[in-house]
Amino acid sequence: MSAEKKKELQVAAIENGTVIDHIPPARLFKVASLLGLEKMEGNTITIGNNLYSQKVGNKGMIKISDKFFKEEEINRIALVAPNVVLNVIKDYEVVEKKKVALPDVIKGLVKCNNPKCITNNEPMPTVFEVVDKVNGTIKCHYCERKIKKDDIIIK
Amino acid sequence: MEEIHKKSAGDFFILYLFLNFVYIERNTKSCMKNKSLVSIDQCSKEDILRILDNAGEFEKNPNRRLLEGKVAATLFFEPSTRTRLSFETAVNRLGGRVIGFQDASTTSSSKGETLKDTILMVSNYADLIIMRHYLEGAARYASEVTDIPIINAGDGANQHPSQTMLDLYSIRKTQGKLEDLTITMVGDLKYGRTVHSLIVGMSHFNPTFHFVAPNELRMPDEQKTFCDERGIKYYEHTDFTEDVINETDILYMTRVQRERFTDLEEYERVKNVYILKNEMLENSRDNLKILHPLPRVNEISYDVDDNPKAYYIQQARNGLYAREAIICEVLGINV
Ligand SMILES: [Zn+2]
Repeated sequence: MSAEKKKELQVAAIENGTVIDHIPPARLFKVASLLGLEKMEGNTITIGNNLYSQKVGNKGMIKISDKFFKEEEINRIALVAPNVVLNVIKDYEVVEKKKVALPDVIKGLVKCNNPKCITNNEPMPTVFEVVDKVNGTIKCHYCERKIKKDDIIIK
Repeated sequence: MEEIHKKSAGDFFILYLFLNFVYIERNTKSCMKNKSLVSIDQCSKEDILRILDNAGEFEKNPNRRLLEGKVAATLFFEPSTRTRLSFETAVNRLGGRVIGFQDASTTSSSKGETLKDTILMVSNYADLIIMRHYLEGAARYASEVTDIPIINAGDGANQHPSQTMLDLYSIRKTQGKLEDLTITMVGDLKYGRTVHSLIVGMSHFNPTFHFVAPNELRMPDEQKTFCDERGIKYYEHTDFTEDVINETDILYMTRVQRERFTDLEEYERVKNVYILKNEMLENSRDNLKILHPLPRVNEISYDVDDNPKAYYIQQARNGLYAREAIICEVLGINV
C-alpha cells in the first residue's frame, strides 16, 4: 500500500461520519465533553491522542461514525480548540473539510466570570462578543468584562 | 343590515392595517435606534454635543413643562441619595411625575422576583425608567426586555453615563470648548468607573491625558489600549507633582479607598501622596478647574474650596441640567 493511501485510511477509516483532527492533546478530553460524546449511544467513537503529525507535532483526533455536527455544536469546539479541522466523511471519502472558527457572537454557551454580572443572577442566556478572534478574547455583552481564552468557563 | 355589517368589517380591516403599521413602525424604530442610555460609548460625538447644548438650555431655564402628563419611574435597587435626588429634581422641574423605590429591600425583588418581571411590571405604568442596580449589566438587560426607554443611573462598577455627561458639560462650560484639552486624572484609576467613562467621552475631542496613580491602582491596560488605538496621548505618573498640575486644564480628582488595596502597607505609603493642597496650585494655569465626582473623603484639602479653581460643587449642580437633557433625549422630546 502506498504511503499516501495508508495515510488516507488512517483518517478516513469510517464509512460515514465526522473526523475531528488537529486537536491540541491537552484539550482533547475537553473537546470530547463539549461535544457530549459520553452521552452518544449507537455511534462508534474512536479517540486517539498524542498522535504524531508532521504539520503540528502531537495532536489528538476523534472519529465518530454516523454523526454530522450542526454549526452551533462546532462553535462549542472553537472556544477551546480554535484550529481544529473537521472532516466530513461520506462513503469513506472526505467530502468536506471544515475549519472551525469563532463566531462573532456566542449565545448561551459561556458562563460570565464576573459574579456581580446580571447573567449570573437572573434566569437569562449569556451573550458574548468575540473581540479578538486570534487570541480568543471574548467580552460579556452585559457587564462588559473581557475574558481571555484560558479563563473561559463553558456552561 | 347586511350593508352596515359589511361596512364595519371593512372599517375594522382598515383599523387592523393601521395597527399593524403602527406596530411595525415602532419595531423598526427600536431596531434602528435604541433610545435607552445605558453606556457612554453608545453616544456619538454628535449625540454628546446635542445633549450638552440642550443641557445649556436647561441651565438658562431649568423649569420647563416638557414632561407634562408623563410618569418617570426611579428604580434604585441600590440606594444612592445623591443621584436619585438629582434625577427626581430633573423630572419635577420638567413637569413630570415620579414613582419608584429607593431601596431594593422594600420591593418584590427581595422576595425573589426577577429583574425582568419588575421592569415589565413598571413598564405598564411609566413612560421612562431611571434605574440603579448593584449588578453589572442590569440596565442593558432591562433595555432589552422593555419597549420604554431606560436610563442607567449606575450598574455596579460598570457604567454611569449621566455622571460622564455632567463631567463633559462642566469641562465645556469652564473651558469654553472640549477640543485639545489636557486632563489629569488622580487617585484610583483602576476601579474608578468615572475616569474610564470620561476617557471614552473625551476621546472624540483630541485630549491629552496624565494618569497619576499608585502602582496598585494604575490605569488598566484596557483603557490604555483604547487610547493607543485612537492615537490619544497619555502619560503615566506615580508622583503627584506641581509639574504635572502646571500643564493641566482639568484636574480630575478621585477617592483612594483603603479597601481597594491588597497590600495595606502600600496604602499607608501612598494615602497622603494623592491629596491636593492649595499651595500646589500656585503656578497652575489660569483656566485650570478642579473636578471630583463626589463625595470626597480627604483627597482635596479644605483650603482648596475657596480657590476659584475649585469647581466640584458647581459640577454637581450641572448634573441637574445634564439629566434634564438626557431625559428629553431618550424620550425624543425636542428642547
Ligand atoms: Zn458578564
